[in-house]
Amino acid sequence: MILSQLIGNDGGALAEKPAISEAAAGKISIRDVGIIYDPEGVHVVAVKNCSLEIPAGEFCVIVGPSGCGKTTLLNAIAGFHGVTSGEIYLDDELLCSPEKTTDPGADRIVVFQNGALFPWNTVLENVIYGPVVQGKMTRPEAREAGHEMLLQMGLSGISHSYPSEISSGMRRRVEIARAMMNDPKVLLLDEPFRAMDALTKTVIQKYLLDVYDASNKTVFFITHDLEEAIFLGTRVFVMTTRPGQMKKVIQVEIPRPRDFRVLSSEHYRDLKEEVIEAVHEEAKKAFEAGERERA
Amino acid sequence: MRPELNKSVEAQSLAEQGMQAPSNIEEMPSLSWEMVLSRVKHALGTSSPYLAAVGLLSFLLAGWLLCEVLKAPLFEKVPGPVAVASEWFARQPTFGMSIFTADYYMHIWKSCWRVLQAFTLATLLGVPLGLFMGWSKVFRDYTFPVFETLRPIPMLSWVPLAILMFPGREGSVIYVTFLGSFFATTLNTLLGVESIDEVYFRAARCLGSSQRQIFFRIILPGSLPFIFTGLQISVGYAWFCLVAGEMIAGEFGLGYLIWNAYMTVQYPVLVIAMITLGFLGWFSSALVRLAGRRLMQWQVREIA
Repeated sequence: MILSQLIGNDGGALAEKPAISEAAAGKISIRDVGIIYDPEGVHVVAVKNCSLEIPAGEFCVIVGPSGCGKTTLLNAIAGFHGVTSGEIYLDDELLCSPEKTTDPGADRIVVFQNGALFPWNTVLENVIYGPVVQGKMTRPEAREAGHEMLLQMGLSGISHSYPSEISSGMRRRVEIARAMMNDPKVLLLDEPFRAMDALTKTVIQKYLLDVYDASNKTVFFITHDLEEAIFLGTRVFVMTTRPGQMKKVIQVEIPRPRDFRVLSSEHYRDLKEEVIEAVHEEAKKAFEAGERERA
Repeated sequence: MRPELNKSVEAQSLAEQGMQAPSNIEEMPSLSWEMVLSRVKHALGTSSPYLAAVGLLSFLLAGWLLCEVLKAPLFEKVPGPVAVASEWFARQPTFGMSIFTADYYMHIWKSCWRVLQAFTLATLLGVPLGLFMGWSKVFRDYTFPVFETLRPIPMLSWVPLAILMFPGREGSVIYVTFLGSFFATTLNTLLGVESIDEVYFRAARCLGSSQRQIFFRIILPGSLPFIFTGLQISVGYAWFCLVAGEMIAGEFGLGYLIWNAYMTVQYPVLVIAMITLGFLGWFSSALVRLAGRRLMQWQVREIA
């Protein structure tokens, strides 16, 4: 894709920062993190002794049974809530610990499960929201950069539509474009393709892969779709049932750029079996523990 | 397509919030005559207008029979459609109140002007108050208990106090009208803020918004649908309270006219004023709806 041009482009939205080498930015270290919810005295251990290192630029996928604390972990990285123990670092800078939480910011953009494009803004206005509120660009500059971004992403035809006027697949693409406009260090995706039909899903997965291949952002991707996990991820982390811990790491040795042919390869099938086994164990435990199916 | 700095402050702030500021008005479908014409043509092709006509005629016929032909119990003193129409549309009306007399329009104008003043004031105060109450927990804790105690007090019971407070009649009538409008607007605005999905706040924070930006770019546009529902309700309350106020403290206006017609046994005038109020209420509600549609393109297109 031509996205790479945009990202290296001088006039582009993403060339604001001095050229830190792409690979250096976006390393996430999660060290022995525990997160306990205590709403109204109900002590819920959502995440426990969770550690993982995500090198800069890696596409990291977390899978696990429903309610295992995947989203909780993502929310902690995003800055929506704190941790009870342990630390999370972004590029060796303390992001969050029991004593500290860093407010959400444009270096860690979340793409939400059900989408969060502002319905009262057009596609273009959504896309330029970040740079404008951060004061990184004036409105005309941002509009120009936004048009450029939409063009590169194949979305220019809908720039003046409202989110309600476009399909869910398109909305998700716009949301990814909105995230990329901020040149984030990390993209945090919380089951972003969950509510989509299978066909739309394959298109948008490929789309995300293109964006990833062109930008090399660190991606933290949550899903419970195992095929999706292997197709997208460089490493797949299987989380245990609650309290969520890292159970298994699976290295996906499929070369990039990937396309749908890998889905029928031998290696893919082996990996899938491995993941299914690991997840199934946990799902069964969760089921037996009488866990209600939760998101 | 976007108005830049030279436009009014309001237009500019609207543009900043990413809402459709006045520049988009010419694209509004409801303002183009061809659209209106084609809509009328379309409507005439359906059964609705004919059913409406039949309903209206039956209603008038029933009224005529009950009040003027049969003089049924309860309806003996009620002026029927013929009596009302022969006053309303007469060049030389018996009681001096028809579409050809200046007095009629003077009363309408007085009432409209009062409602406009009260409604504007209520909107200017109620919308920000509701937004702040929704935005800041602390502010809400301060204000909500007082608000919720004052709100259910029936507006009629404010009238004597209003007369005590304001030296002239005008002030007290407008004050009571304002109150009715104000509480509805504030409450609906507050509900509007509460109706905004948490995920938009999270997304806005992710994208680097300050609290002030969240207020203008998320809270304000996000609560607009509720605000305009509230404004439609509140303009209705305004008419309600206006009439109550005018009946007791008014010198002119349709509420005063109704009461005066009753006292002086000019019953057809009473009915004329009532129907006029009905039309004015309808009209003002439609105006608010139209304004809402202009400000909320995103919702209009969603429905379309």
